[in-house]
Amino acid sequence: MRITVNGTPEEVTATTLAEALTALGRDGDTVATALNEEFVPAAARAATPIAPGDRIEIVAPRQGG
Amino acid sequence: MPDFYGTPVASRMMLGTAQYPSPATLEAAFRRSGAGIATVSVRREAAAGEGAPFWALVRDLGVRVMPNTAGCHTAREAVTTARMARELFGTDWIKLEVIGHADTLQPDPWGLVEAATILCAEGFRVFPYTTEDLVLAARLLDAGCEVLMPWGAPIGTGMGLANPYGLRALRAQFPDVPMVIDAGLGRPSHAAEAMEMGFDAILLNTAVARADDPPAMAEAFASAVKAGRLGYEAGAMEPRDMAAPSTPLIGRAFLS
Repeated sequence: MRITVNGTPEEVTATTLAEALTALGRDGDTVATALNEEFVPAAARAATPIAPGDRIEIVAPRQGG
Repeated sequence: MPDFYGTPVASRMMLGTAQYPSPATLEAAFRRSGAGIATVSVRREAAAGEGAPFWALVRDLGVRVMPNTAGCHTAREAVTTARMARELFGTDWIKLEVIGHADTLQPDPWGLVEAATILCAEGFRVFPYTTEDLVLAARLLDAGCEVLMPWGAPIGTGMGLANPYGLRALRAQFPDVPMVIDAGLGRPSHAAEAMEMGFDAILLNTAVARADDPPAMAEAFASAVKAGRLGYEAGAMEPRDMAAPSTPLIGRAFLS
């Protein structure tokens, strides 16, 4: 199915947010996630289903002021 | 030393981590500043693992980390960003930014209060980036904020304290609320002025990161903060319009 990851369209076969991160090669990273603009804690990713058209945000620590 | 949400901090200077010419320069600037708090952000990465070296560098600094919600324009965006930041950085401290105006980066008062209310209820220690507006300050305190971060001037301008009257009024209105001047400082003298006015700390980034010699500028700001604070604690004289001789007139030699 087609989803959007950090603003870019992606094709995945994953059914959960955790599986999507694995498919995207991000499961080993220090990241935080949001699904359709709502925060999803790391512990809840495996139980969070994803559906076509979903928007996933994956963020990491960066410089800031 | 100031106390933010029950946590004493050893330095009255907070420093941002953005815009430095190199990671080594960032590290050197922090070392020379003595800053005890570093602001950071959460961002999308172009490539997996891209942010790991930065995060490792910040952890090695041994300072407290304060993530921000920079770039958020709605309360909802800011709340989601804060929640992600809390998990990522393992801290409930959050510098709350809800931007309402694209050119000045002035906070959106309504969005700021809305987000602060939600985040304080969730146990966040909110440091709201705000204007010097007294009514907005009262609303933020009502929302549960125990610290305020009024701007000196718009972010990145280096203008210093654009509205000293407003800042003095804010300081006087809430004398027991820890306040940090955030944004707009460009020169060490601006920091000294803020500290002389009785503010508890300053937060800056661009003025150091974009200086010709960032580590030296970081030290200059640190010295100014110390001087300004000491001046505040020492109690400055009131200015007056007419001259007043500083040398006693009694005993003056009669020479004409």
